[in-house]
Amino acid sequence: MILRELEYPFDSDYILKKSKRIRRELLEGRGAGADGKQFLKKKIAVLGGSTTHDIIRILDLFLLDQGIEAEFYESEYAQYWQDAMFDNPELREFAPDLIYIHTTSRNITMYPAFDDGREQVVDKLKSQYRHFEAMWEKLAAVYHCPIIQNNFEYPGYRLLGNREAVDFHGKIAFINKLNLMFAEYAKTHGNFYLHDINYAAASYGLDKWADSSYWHMYKYAMSMQAIPEFSYNLCHMIKAVFGKNKKALVLDLDNTLWGGIVGDDGPENLELGQETPMGQVYQEFQSYIKAHKDLGILLNVNSKNDEENAIAGLQHPDGVLKPDDFIVIKANWEPKSQNMAEIASILNIGKDALVFVDDNPREREIVRMQIPEAAVPEITKGEELAPDKFIKILDKNGYFEVISLSEDDKKRNEMYKANALRKSQEESFGDYREFLKSLEMKAVIKNFDPVHFSRIAQLTNKSNQFNLTTKRFTQAEIEQIAQDSAYITLYGRLTDKFGDNGVVSLVIGRIEGKVLYVELWLMSCRVLKRDMEFAMMDALVEAGREKGISRIMGYYYPTPKNAMVKNFYEIQGFTKVEEDAEGNTVWQFEIKDDYKKKNDVILVDGCV
Amino acid sequence: MTREEVYVTLNEVFRDVFDDESIEVNDETTSEDIEDWDSLEHINLIAAVEQEFGMKFNMGQVVTMKNVGEMVDIILSQI
Repeated sequence: MILRELEYPFDSDYILKKSKRIRRELLEGRGAGADGKQFLKKKIAVLGGSTTHDIIRILDLFLLDQGIEAEFYESEYAQYWQDAMFDNPELREFAPDLIYIHTTSRNITMYPAFDDGREQVVDKLKSQYRHFEAMWEKLAAVYHCPIIQNNFEYPGYRLLGNREAVDFHGKIAFINKLNLMFAEYAKTHGNFYLHDINYAAASYGLDKWADSSYWHMYKYAMSMQAIPEFSYNLCHMIKAVFGKNKKALVLDLDNTLWGGIVGDDGPENLELGQETPMGQVYQEFQSYIKAHKDLGILLNVNSKNDEENAIAGLQHPDGVLKPDDFIVIKANWEPKSQNMAEIASILNIGKDALVFVDDNPREREIVRMQIPEAAVPEITKGEELAPDKFIKILDKNGYFEVISLSEDDKKRNEMYKANALRKSQEESFGDYREFLKSLEMKAVIKNFDPVHFSRIAQLTNKSNQFNLTTKRFTQAEIEQIAQDSAYITLYGRLTDKFGDNGVVSLVIGRIEGKVLYVELWLMSCRVLKRDMEFAMMDALVEAGREKGISRIMGYYYPTPKNAMVKNFYEIQGFTKVEEDAEGNTVWQFEIKDDYKKKNDVILVDGCV
Repeated sequence: MTREEVYVTLNEVFRDVFDDESIEVNDETTSEDIEDWDSLEHINLIAAVEQEFGMKFNMGQVVTMKNVGEMVDIILSQI
C-alpha cells in the first residue's frame, strides 16, 4: 500500500501533525486490499548525536509505507558514541538488523582554532575522523549488520564569509575534507552506507533547516519542519538495503515524454528538442529517464495510442529515448491498469516493483485503484501540466536508490528484453508450433568438451525441476566420464533469434553391451516448452546407434521439486517397466530402424 | 479571532496531534490531563499550533507556559 500523503511532493506539516493517525491507517491496511502482504519486520538501532524522537516517529511512517515494520532502539540523548564503543547488553539483546548513526555538524568537536597551524588542523581532522572510524569498526565487529552514517551538513553561519571554504581554518573547508574522508570509507567498505545529510540540508534550504531555536530548545540539529524530507531521504536508503527498491518505470508518452499528442499533432509538431523552452524541458526529462537504463532500471511504455504513432513519436529526431530503449511498449486502447499488469507479467517482476509515470490524473487514479501496490507519483498537480517538475518529483521519491552498482545491473536490460520479446511473440501467435518456428532456434548438441566442463558441473548441481535423477557431479567426475568410452555424454546449447541461452540440457548414459542406462537427464527451466528435450532425444538415439545400442533404460526418482518430469519418459515414447512404493519408476525404449525424429522446430548443428 | 474561535481550532490541533477525538481543552488543561503529552510530544504540539495559527512562540514562552489558557493568551497576542 502506498499512501499519497507520504509520497513526494508531500505536506510536511500535515505529516508531522497527523502522524499518529497515518500510522494507525498504515497498520490497519495490513492484510487488506489487493496486496495483503505481511510487513517485513526489521530492527533498527538509531544512535543519535542530537534528539532523534521525531526523526524516528516520521521515519517509521515512511518505512511502514514501504512495507517495513520497524522496531526501534533509540540511544539516550547524544549517547551515540558511548552506545557504540562500550559494552552494551541492551543493544546486543536488541540485535539490530541495521544501525543508523544520526550525527550532524553539531557533533564536530575539533574545529580548527584561528591560531592553529596547518599541521595542527591536519591532526584535528585526523582525530575527528578517527573518532567516527573507530566507532564504525567496533559496530561492524560486534553487530555484523549494515550501518548508515550521516556525513556533515554546513553550519548556518560563516565567520569568514566566502573564505570559509578556502582557508584551512574555515569550518566549511573542514567539513568538506571530513565529508570526503567519510565518502572514501563508504567506497571501500561493504555494508557501510553514507547518508548525504549535506545534500538533504541544501535541498531543503539551509537557512530553513538551520533554525537554531530547535537546537537550543530541544537539541534538534534541524528544524522540525525539515524532518519529513530528511526522514524520507533516509528511508530511501533503508528500504534499498532491505531489498525494497522499485525495478521498472512504466511511462506514458503524450505530454509525459513529449509535449503534445502524437496521434493528433503528428510527430513533427511535438514539443521536443532545443527549439522551444518546453521542448528543452521534455528533452531533459528524456535524458533523465534514459540514464536509468544504465542503472539497470527497466523502461517500458504504457500509452493510449496506436502503436505506429507511439513508435513514430519515439523516433523523433530530437528525442533522447528511442524505441530500442524500452523493454515492453504497450501502445493500445486497453485500460492502462491492464497494460501495467501485463508488463509486470512479461518482465516477471512484482507489480509492487513498478513506477507509473503519467501526466493525466484520471489515468493515475485508475492505476492506483486497480494496482494499489504500484507507485504512482503525483507528477502534476491535478490538471496543471508542469513538466519542469517531473525530474524533481521522481528523484525525490528515491524509487531506485542506488546502494551499489554491479556489472549485472548494466546488462539487465538486455536480458529482460530478450525474454520479453519471446513472450510477446508467443502472445501474437495463435498456433504454438508457428511461434516455435518463428524463434528460428538453433541447437548445438555435442559430447561433453573441456570448454564446457565447469558449466556442465554447475548445471548438474543447480537443476532441480527438470531433472530425472537429480544426480550431482563434481567437475572432476564430469571430466572423467567425458573421457570414458563406456559413457555417452551430451550437452545441448540453444540459440534463437533473440539471443543465446547457453548450455541448457545434459544427458549422461552408461553403456553395458547393447543397453544404455541413462544416469542423468536434465534441462534448464528457462527453455521449457521449446522442444529442446526432443532434440536431445533425437541426438541420444543417434549417438546410441553409433555405439550399437538397441535399448535405452530411463529412471525417474521423485523429489519435492521434480514432479514436472514424472511422465517425461512416457512423452518420449518409453514404456514403464517398474515402479516401487516411493514412486521411483524405470522406463524402457527400443531403438527401432524406423525411429522418427521428434523435433522439427530446432535446427540441430554438429550432431555428435 | 475571538478566544472561543481560537479554542475551536486549537481543539482540532490537539485531537490531530494526539489522535484522540475525545479531547476537549480549556483554560485549565495541562499536560497532566492528556496521557501522551510528554516533553517530546510537546515539541510536536508547539510546532503544529504555530503552523495552524501562523505564529511563533518565543523560546521563553515555550518553557514557561503553564496551561492551555496561557497558550491561548499568547496566540491571541500574536494574531
